[in-house]
Amino acid sequence: MNDIMDILSANNLSKFYSKNKGLFNKQSINLRAVNNININLKAKESLGIVGESGCGKSTLAKMLAGLIAPTSGEIKIQNKGINNYEKYELPNHIQYMFQDPISSLNPRKTIYQSLATPLKYLRKLDDKEIEKEIKSIIKEVNLKEEFLNRFPHEFSGGQAQRIGIARVLLSKAKIIILDEPVSALDVSVQSQILNLLNDLQKKFELSYIVISHDLAVIEAICDRIMVMYFGDIVEKSDAKKLFQNPYHPYTNLLLKSVPIKNQKIEIQSLIETELPDPINPPKGCSFFSRCENKAEKCKDINPSETVKGNRRFKCFFPNI
Amino acid sequence: MINFLKLISRNKLALFGGILLIIIFVVSFLSPLLPLKDPDVIKTSDRFLLPFSEGYLLGTDHLGRDLLSRLLWGTRLSLLVGISAALISATIGSILGTIAGFYGNKTDNVIMRVIDVLMAFPYILLALAIVAVLGPGLFNAMIAVALVNIPFFARNIRGVTVTIANKEFIDAARLSGMSNFKIIVYEIFPNILPVIVVTISTTVGWMILETAGLSFLGLGSQPPQADLGSMLGEGRSSLIVNPHTSYVPGAMIFLIVIGVNLFGDGIRDALDPRLSKGELVKPQPVTQIKLDNNVENNNNSFLSVKNLTTAFNFNNKLNLASKGVSFDIKKGECLGLIGESGSGKSVTALSITCLVASPPGVIVNGSVKFQGNDILKMNYEQIRELRGNKISYIFQDPLSTLHPLIKIGKQLEETFIEYNHQKNKEAVLKGKELLKLVQIPNIENVWNSYPHELSGGMRQRVSIAMALTNDPELIIADEPTTALDVTVQAQILSLLDTLRKERGLSVLFISHDFGVVSQICDRVIVMYGGQIVEEGKTENIMSKPRHPYTSQLMECVPHIGFGKRKLLTILGSPPSITYKKEIGCSFASRCLIKKDNCLNEDIKIVRKGDSEVRCLYPHE
Ligand SMILES: Nc1ncnc2c1ncn2[C@@H]1O[C@H](COP(=O)(O)OP(=O)(O)O)[C@@H](O)[C@H]1O
Ligand code: SF4
Ligand code: SF4
Ligand SMILES: [Mg+2]
Repeated sequence: MNDIMDILSANNLSKFYSKNKGLFNKQSINLRAVNNININLKAKESLGIVGESGCGKSTLAKMLAGLIAPTSGEIKIQNKGINNYEKYELPNHIQYMFQDPISSLNPRKTIYQSLATPLKYLRKLDDKEIEKEIKSIIKEVNLKEEFLNRFPHEFSGGQAQRIGIARVLLSKAKIIILDEPVSALDVSVQSQILNLLNDLQKKFELSYIVISHDLAVIEAICDRIMVMYFGDIVEKSDAKKLFQNPYHPYTNLLLKSVPIKNQKIEIQSLIETELPDPINPPKGCSFFSRCENKAEKCKDINPSETVKGNRRFKCFFPNI
Repeated sequence: MINFLKLISRNKLALFGGILLIIIFVVSFLSPLLPLKDPDVIKTSDRFLLPFSEGYLLGTDHLGRDLLSRLLWGTRLSLLVGISAALISATIGSILGTIAGFYGNKTDNVIMRVIDVLMAFPYILLALAIVAVLGPGLFNAMIAVALVNIPFFARNIRGVTVTIANKEFIDAARLSGMSNFKIIVYEIFPNILPVIVVTISTTVGWMILETAGLSFLGLGSQPPQADLGSMLGEGRSSLIVNPHTSYVPGAMIFLIVIGVNLFGDGIRDALDPRLSKGELVKPQPVTQIKLDNNVENNNNSFLSVKNLTTAFNFNNKLNLASKGVSFDIKKGECLGLIGESGSGKSVTALSITCLVASPPGVIVNGSVKFQGNDILKMNYEQIRELRGNKISYIFQDPLSTLHPLIKIGKQLEETFIEYNHQKNKEAVLKGKELLKLVQIPNIENVWNSYPHELSGGMRQRVSIAMALTNDPELIIADEPTTALDVTVQAQILSLLDTLRKERGLSVLFISHDFGVVSQICDRVIVMYGGQIVEEGKTENIMSKPRHPYTSQLMECVPHIGFGKRKLLTILGSPPSITYKKEIGCSFASRCLIKKDNCLNEDIKIVRKGDSEVRCLYPHE
């Protein structure tokens, strides 16, 4: 399954959060956030991860960036396990751009100070080089130099997101995780940022992992898409094919729920919307309670991955 | 810093406290330089002289020592000891708190357990125990007071650190290659420093008192050395006959504590970011209304808003957030209000029942006629009656309207009892009926849950149920589905649509999403920079927008089915509110078909058929 060409790969990745039951109770409960996931990312590719809130997207992404430790499984970046990297070396290869652009900047530091940190600690540049780099990157993301001495609260969401992009680029990492890159932004600014991300990807030969709950955003910048449900990848496909013909009933439901102007949504309104209990995950298919195609079998057996051409899905009765 | 001083001095009491402290500090610290008698020289012939005796301004004590001199020297010592104790416990407590909060898990557990144990002892007992072990003496008393106060600092600082350590910029710093130590020093510390300062300023008074207390019991300063506590202790034996020996140090302690506390409160307020934005003033129950002139409004539709203009008052400058907004809603109609964030949607919605926070909000012009009566001319009681009964709101974040510590069922029950004067049993039945109406599957379960135990979608259903408790006639829904997942959003939209049709409700539905508005609204208005720029039937606006802003905005929203691509964009960003009045079309700087005369005059909104548009060159 591991391709030598992959710039990033993860095998059987899982994360369980354990919580203590009480102060004096040694027993703990396990909450399943990510369950046995395989991912691979090629150089210069952008891979989208879409799913509802709470399905484990951010947990997965933070594990890939080394920000939280997986419960089990292995992550390789450029064919080297991430535990084999030197202590502060990993951020040179993979970076993370946060959802909330303002809160990812220290409120008490100027933009210049925030941007200088990766240059100083990751790339060990001297003050002169730092200034040069910052001035050139700030042009790259279409911001004015005079912004550099200001503090985060003086910026609009769109400007702050550009600063976030600049920070990530300064590390020279080739893999960038974009966690809901535009969901905090104004509609008229979203497309500017998405275009900027597309341009930068080509220019600097970046690989993206884009996380979003918005199918349209994912489609506009991704080559390949993984649909995540309840900690699991339920469908993987080429972006174009996924939207033309979603196989998995969940993908189908997502697509049908997107409100489109002058077009009424048609879904059963009484259908269940709650995710299963992550402390007691169901034995069978986790989408069972919400599924339109379900049958008796799905309740007891968890479907394994089916491969069809270059598409993969986990479902007994897909919409093929 | 200058700002900080300004804020402090705005608070008269804090200023008074500050000045009092400065005087006490300067005088007592100058005592070695002042022409004072030696504080420890005994002159039994001059015992118990009263204040204002010749040569002894404040009199003498039981050994004939000069009270003024002893007071100043003693104050100096007490302040030094109290402040040192505060600094020591602040330093140790803050370090412990930061470490516990930053590393969490086991480290946190161990540190906080020890702190908890320390805190379990009564305060002064612990201090006594420590002095008992170390032996009496001023230095040991200081150590004891410092130790006793460490838990207080550790707890406070740990709390703030946990919040900050979970912020995204800490992860960002990690990804910038900073070590944990550097993150604590350069990223976290600057953010907790204000809290440390505030905590010191609110505790130092206590610490001075506590050291005085130990000295009073004879465990602190040893004779003949004077501090405020020991002076009080010595005075006590002659309290009845010669009360001045107690009054003198007592008065000084009183002044110091008053000064420290007033000034400390001032510091706390000044460092609170909400104050510098003017938010700490208690908001009034209705928005301040200062109408410039009387707006003629003869429209008697269900709701008619005319020329509604709401401003925010900053430093006596009025920033207009909505500028002359006019629209009406018919009975049973759903009107959509579309715009980007900051365009004035929420301000308009809140102004309808005068809910904009005042200060700084002011309604400066307009009329809001609801069923024939102008809400802007009503008194508080009448407006309250409307808010409770005929007009209700649903917000983006249901948690903002639900009480976090009361179970859902109780909250519904209480609303019924309060507004409809129903008995408990009836109220419970009605409440459960409503939960059923909003299609909550597992009613008993939800009834007994706290708001935070429910998912976002369930919470929004509950807040819709709350909005329906009094059979309102108008519902104002401000981005009710923006925070929800698409599948849940689709259901909430269909629920709202069914409810409004079944009950003949009028709805003002606010959103930034054309697709969402299409699902439920009969008519739509589009806002930009505080003004309505276009109004029309939903299908018409969606298929043939006439204002350049509407059409450009629609084009730049990504749609599904077009693959990876370059998207169309609107240049620049939406205008922010300013007090400066700009002439001409507010969209001009971003408009693709702008002509020279677009900036010459203010553009009026013009009606054509059943649509209105504010543009000189609208699309036809
Ligand atoms: N309480 C407030 N104090 C000061 N300014 C405010 C307040 N509420 C809103 N504003 C300002 O009023 C303008 C309109 O805001 P709002 O109505 O919330 O926009 P929308 O709902 O369209 O996103 C914005 O520029 C906003 O910053
Ligand atoms: S396996 Fe069964 S329940 Fe699961 S998604 Fe497929 S059809 Fe639905
Ligand atoms: S008035 Fe002029 S600048 Fe304004 S929207 Fe119309 S064409 Fe554009
Ligand atoms: Mg709003």
